[in-house]
Amino acid sequence: MNSRAYHSVDGTYNFAYLDEQTKRMIRRTLLKAIAVPGYQVPFGGREMPMAYGWGTGGIQITASIIGRDDTLKVIDQGADDTTNAVSIRRFFRRVAGVQTTEETSKATLIQTRHRIPEKQLTEKQILVYQVPQPEPLWKLEPREVETRKLHAYSEYGLMHVKLYEDISRHGEIITTYDYPVEVNARHIMSPSPIPKFDNPKMAMMPALQLFGAGREKRIYAIPPYTRVRSLDFDDHPFKPQRFDKPCALCGAEEVFLDEVILDDKGDHMFVCSDSDHCRERRAAGHTGSRASDAADMGFVPTEGLN
Amino acid sequence: MYVATKGGESAIEATHELIAEERRGDTTVPELGTDQVRNQLGRAVDRVMTEGSLYDPDLASLAIKQAQGDMVEAIFLLRAFRTTLPRFGAAEPLDTSKMIIRRRISAAFKDIPGGQILGPTYDYTHRLLDFDLVKEGANATSAPEATATEQTMPRVTDILGAEGLMQAENREEIESEPFDLGRQPMSFPANRDQRLQNLFRGDEGFVLALGYATQRGYGRNHPFVGEIRMGFVEVEFTPPELGFTISIGEIEVTECQMINQFTGTKDIQPMFTRGYGLAFGQSERKTMAMALVDRALKASELGEDRDHPPQDEEFVLAHSDNVEAAGFVSHLKLPHYVDFQSELSLLRGLREDALTTQDKEAAE
Repeated sequence: MNSRAYHSVDGTYNFAYLDEQTKRMIRRTLLKAIAVPGYQVPFGGREMPMAYGWGTGGIQITASIIGRDDTLKVIDQGADDTTNAVSIRRFFRRVAGVQTTEETSKATLIQTRHRIPEKQLTEKQILVYQVPQPEPLWKLEPREVETRKLHAYSEYGLMHVKLYEDISRHGEIITTYDYPVEVNARHIMSPSPIPKFDNPKMAMMPALQLFGAGREKRIYAIPPYTRVRSLDFDDHPFKPQRFDKPCALCGAEEVFLDEVILDDKGDHMFVCSDSDHCRERRAAGHTGSRASDAADMGFVPTEGLN
Repeated sequence: MYVATKGGESAIEATHELIAEERRGDTTVPELGTDQVRNQLGRAVDRVMTEGSLYDPDLASLAIKQAQGDMVEAIFLLRAFRTTLPRFGAAEPLDTSKMIIRRRISAAFKDIPGGQILGPTYDYTHRLLDFDLVKEGANATSAPEATATEQTMPRVTDILGAEGLMQAENREEIESEPFDLGRQPMSFPANRDQRLQNLFRGDEGFVLALGYATQRGYGRNHPFVGEIRMGFVEVEFTPPELGFTISIGEIEVTECQMINQFTGTKDIQPMFTRGYGLAFGQSERKTMAMALVDRALKASELGEDRDHPPQDEEFVLAHSDNVEAAGFVSHLKLPHYVDFQSELSLLRGLREDALTTQDKEAAE
């Protein structure tokens, strides 16, 4: 490794912003997290030049594992062109000078907020999640002293009671995102606020999944090919969301869709939340019901924003 | 994604230019110098250094200028800079009994060895706008020269301590390697060093409100201002390669020691207990509030009831940091349409189910 590898592009900060000691500390934390899947490992989270709650946990993980040969993709709500995804991508281009991409298949490292890409990830890829609240039990028990014990004893009755109460009141479990999972038949874990639609993708995923909560200073992980089960009951099995209609732009089915309001008269359309997936399908000639008029109205995302 | 946030890159660049222009304001007005901030907005500098947890008046002044006077933003800037600095080690404990004092008061005793020194304070000003300050150069008054007191000024709490009336601090905790909130995550239950570091960095408004709440009955702890002292103290450090202690400079701090009643339990004798507050610069309000909250948080070790938020360490210490709090509150501005979409679908589903049930019941 030559010395260039240790400096940011403009020479003002260390390569990937964090100093090497901090990176080592985070890597040690990551190893522990991978060794105990789903367990939240406390780490000495640093103040980053972005605000807490805006992805500082994910950014610190990415900064600690990124190398010069990596290709980084950053998404927020499934899309590459959301402002905060743009901001984080710019940050790493500046402090690490790495290649960035919007194409899921070309990325070696994907940092995400609230989504898992539609395309199946591979063993060669790492998915880094930004996590606002790592503790799955926090709504039931706000005290960390208590939740630590509950995890230690696998005492998850509270959570099951909560899910049961949902069913008795509403006929179904009404959690639609941040739907709790059990990892490796041991720890209950927050999948970060991804829609429960994405939960099944976490199970037996070939890619390494890393979770960083900067403000709460916790890191956890799911190693490749790990069992991940969304909590449910035998008579009320887990049901991911389904959409009645395909994507209005590319016609994709079985994907997560965003609702786009088109006017003030209630007209709306549903389009892929994963903008790269949608772009790829349209490039391959797939079209949805409103592909042409949506383009006229300027609703089709521009390609290759940066 | 398709409308509002499209073209994020150019929008971000444009907003950076816009804030730069706004910061400069009307160009016919001379630009604010960071030396002016440092010299003329000293209390703002003190607060930014304290909550930014970095003693550097020049950088704090720069942060205030850059943040257009937004204190929480300035504190964030200083923190984000601080985190990139190498850490050489922990200084020796500050010895505030050797402080070069500018202000020192006690509300517990009429006269104290070394005397009461009013120093610079707004306490006895009438809060009337001074319109003379609108005119430049109108305020070139010079204060009477202070006579440097060579007299020793023992701390009031030490005097009480010598008599055994004041709860002694835990020697073991004092002598052990201090916790470093800048490097280690907060953990609960928290030790005193974690707690005091946290309150030092904690938002002044938040700590003030909690301290105030204790006075109004939410965790009352009968405080007296044992002593507030403000002035300069030496910072000493023992570099491992030297093996002996050297002075590395002087910093201005304010210290407040509250004396609080404690009626005793079956295991602990009645005595006075301490609430401790410290901050960089002249930050009296902050240190007083901090001392009240520090004492409230001693509830569990003293076996007192913990019925109120200021006595609940997870509540206080997990929410005191304004960089964390402001970040997490502001992140609500980030798009949440994926989660919102999920909630929207659920709500539509639940309403549909309810309507179907109603229809069915009506038909029956």
